[in-house]
Amino acid sequence: MVEPIVQFKDVHKSFGEFDVLKGIDLNIAPSEKICIIGPSGSGKTTIIRMLMTLEEPTSGDIYVNDANLWKMERAGKMVPANEKHLRQVRGDIGMVFQHFNLFPHMTILDNCMVGPIHVKKESKDEAKQHSEEMLKRVGLEEHMDKYPSQLSGGQKQRVAMARALVMKPKIMLFDEVTSALDPELVGEVLEVIRNIAETGETAMVLVTHEMDFALEVADRVLFLDDGVIAESGTASEVIEHSENKRLQSFLRRFRNSD
Amino acid sequence: MNWKWEVFFDALPLVTKGLTITISLTIICYLFALLFGFVWVFLRRIPSKIINWIVTWTMEFIRSTPPLVQLFFLYFGWPMVPVVGVSLSPFTCAVIGLGIHTSTYIGEVYRSGIESVDKGQWEASTALNLTTRQKWLKIILPQAVPPTIPMLGNYFIILFKEVPLASTVGVLGILALANNYGAAHFRYLEPLTIVALLFLLLSYPSSLLINKLEKKMNRRFDKKSSTGSISM
Repeated sequence: MVEPIVQFKDVHKSFGEFDVLKGIDLNIAPSEKICIIGPSGSGKTTIIRMLMTLEEPTSGDIYVNDANLWKMERAGKMVPANEKHLRQVRGDIGMVFQHFNLFPHMTILDNCMVGPIHVKKESKDEAKQHSEEMLKRVGLEEHMDKYPSQLSGGQKQRVAMARALVMKPKIMLFDEVTSALDPELVGEVLEVIRNIAETGETAMVLVTHEMDFALEVADRVLFLDDGVIAESGTASEVIEHSENKRLQSFLRRFRNSD
Repeated sequence: MNWKWEVFFDALPLVTKGLTITISLTIICYLFALLFGFVWVFLRRIPSKIINWIVTWTMEFIRSTPPLVQLFFLYFGWPMVPVVGVSLSPFTCAVIGLGIHTSTYIGEVYRSGIESVDKGQWEASTALNLTTRQKWLKIILPQAVPPTIPMLGNYFIILFKEVPLASTVGVLGILALANNYGAAHFRYLEPLTIVALLFLLLSYPSSLLINKLEKKMNRRFDKKSSTGSISM
């Protein structure tokens, strides 16, 4: 058994009165590729947002590389993590967002260079070289000097991936990265994700509605329903052969709407 | 009373001399207000209800009392306050009084600018693991400030026109000198016309400059242009 790189232990999350997650237990192995599927509002996105420290769990623990993400030890007691602790533990995590969230005041190249320069403390030349390589990998080397507003949605999302990858994360989170795209642009983005998956350089957690894609790349698919992981298994076990009634009805509805 | 050009030209050097004081006072007050505006923003972001309440009401109080009253208070009232009261020079008093007054407006401008930055920008900065300081300096402020430039510019012009109030506590700027000239020669029309003309001469180009700056910022920023358009 490989040491997991990420562990969720009985993680709960409520927004006000509303309990979104009711006890999540989850281990993620290094370079494992996990797809999370489920009805909207089931808390899929919340899981990865908590891992990225954008949302604080109501209770339970998340460990990254055996370090407790949201709690730290002070004078022998566990207390809520401060910014310094969060920065230390989340250093290996990268994320790509549904709405890209590129920095509009910077060129594509600068968008990629800001992390390496200011966080990894690379020299300008190093950062430039790494960013250019990464932009080449996502097929955007010709657009390096443009601003995000000059790109199509698919191109923006590829930049966002290059920006995250250039930080060499060990865990990459993808939050419905194709949902905001025109249908004809989805392919180019999935292509890049496929490419990342093939290299096996990082663990991946994808929140997605692309079932076929999930079948293709995922080592494991989680079906999230009513705040818990209702089904977990290989893609074909979950998507094609599950007995779970609610999962079946979710997939049926999903396929109908296609 | 008839217009006399010789009076106009006689008064011109003196009144223009007052202008340098008025301009330097405006600039110093403005710089003070720009800096102090940030203080308000950060005080308001402290997650404490009590501090928030105090800060909000202090700002409200400063904005709803006339700057003239504040100047008088600082100059005549403050030295009489036990323990903390000190007497201030007219110039310092004007800088602090008008500066703080303007800073409450500027703080609001900053706040609106910061709130206009999409939440996703903060999240992307967190995902890149930038420090809080880097988030502010590299990501948030460069986006928050440019859209506020026209408003900041307007407050500069408003301040410029309010600065003559400082003469009430003894800073002899353009208006006070023109007035003194009038009293000495029994001719007010010409020196005061010069004052009005000089204000116009400075305020109008400033607002043109602000417009230009705004356009330039928008172009550099290229936020509004639609997907795929190429602007040079």
